[in-house]
Amino acid sequence: MQSIDLRGVTCPTNFVMAKLELEDIEAGTTVEFLLDDGEPVKNVPRSLKDEGHKLLGLQEKDGYYVLTLEKGAE
Amino acid sequence: MAEPKIDLKNLKAGGFIKERGKDLFTVRLRVPGGRMSVDRLSKIAAVAQKYGKGYVHLSVRQSIELININFSDFDAVVAELGEEQQKVASCGARVRVPTACGGCEYNPNGLVDTQKSALEVDQKLFGTATGHHKFKVCFAGCPFDCPKSAINDVGFQGAVWPKLDADGCISCGLCAKSCTEGALSMGTDNKPVFDAAKCIYCGDCIKVCPTGAWSAEKKGYTVRIGGKWGRQPLVGTLYATFVPEERVVDFIAVVLAWYQEKAEGAGRVRLGDIIIREGWQSLLERLRADFPEYVVQETIAPQIIQTQLPLPGQQA
Repeated sequence: MQSIDLRGVTCPTNFVMAKLELEDIEAGTTVEFLLDDGEPVKNVPRSLKDEGHKLLGLQEKDGYYVLTLEKGAE
Repeated sequence: MAEPKIDLKNLKAGGFIKERGKDLFTVRLRVPGGRMSVDRLSKIAAVAQKYGKGYVHLSVRQSIELININFSDFDAVVAELGEEQQKVASCGARVRVPTACGGCEYNPNGLVDTQKSALEVDQKLFGTATGHHKFKVCFAGCPFDCPKSAINDVGFQGAVWPKLDADGCISCGLCAKSCTEGALSMGTDNKPVFDAAKCIYCGDCIKVCPTGAWSAEKKGYTVRIGGKWGRQPLVGTLYATFVPEERVVDFIAVVLAWYQEKAEGAGRVRLGDIIIREGWQSLLERLRADFPEYVVQETIAPQIIQTQLPLPGQQA
């Protein structure tokens, strides 16, 4: 699974980067994003849901979070 | 008396405010909720250019104020603004133009249509004379409360009560992580556990839920009453929750009637000080008669915030 590391990137740059990465990925593909705690883990999943992607899960790792999602159709 | 040079009817609701210097006034424009069409903005710019100082002032209550307007130009200013249906606001002891955040049409945090509420209140209550002092109303779309509901005479703040469909839940954990109030945690069965006492009705769980397992059970306004800022600030307190958007005007009308009655003879005194004098029970029971399903069991008096010297315990 493709993993996109957005740690150390603040809002809204992290969301825009996620959006750009998703442009090159086929609909239906599952990817994961690494997100910092705080604002990023609160804002980025919600914004990606708004863009039409399917959120699958969130897991806490060592001081950060892994968001899994399936890219939505255009 | 000599024939007046200007139409005095234009001055009835106020909105023309004396400036320093002879003959000059600020003209405060009526901009409910701070939303302004670009056409109207262009007209205001043209009027300001023609009659004003070359700049306008954006007031802290979302108005545009024309600066340095000569009083002999009032009629022309009113007429030209009227070409784009722009009206003049109020000042003095009246219901002021309501303020509001952007609302829910484009702002992802917004839970209710604050713009619609602000427009409705403006249409139905703007300029109503209180007989005592100014009366400010605001509408916030969510618990971030950017318009600061607790420092208005009556402040409304959008809220949503969440409901879980456990069968639709995929145990992703996003809601528990999104809940900054600690009202949600993941239980031993890997489903969210809701602690209603900690919920502030922000709806973040609903917004992030990937499957729609969280949805809105009910939606409306949290209402705070008795706040003001200025020389002697008061923080307004909670009187009602989940007041439906369509009952907002009626709700304000009841508060206004209570204020008009209880402040009789008190002079220039704001609602919050009257509540302190009369007791919050009086206003709460008046509201309970018309809004039994929304008012809270009990509240507290508006809270005094000491901002002036001497602070309590200090000598002058």
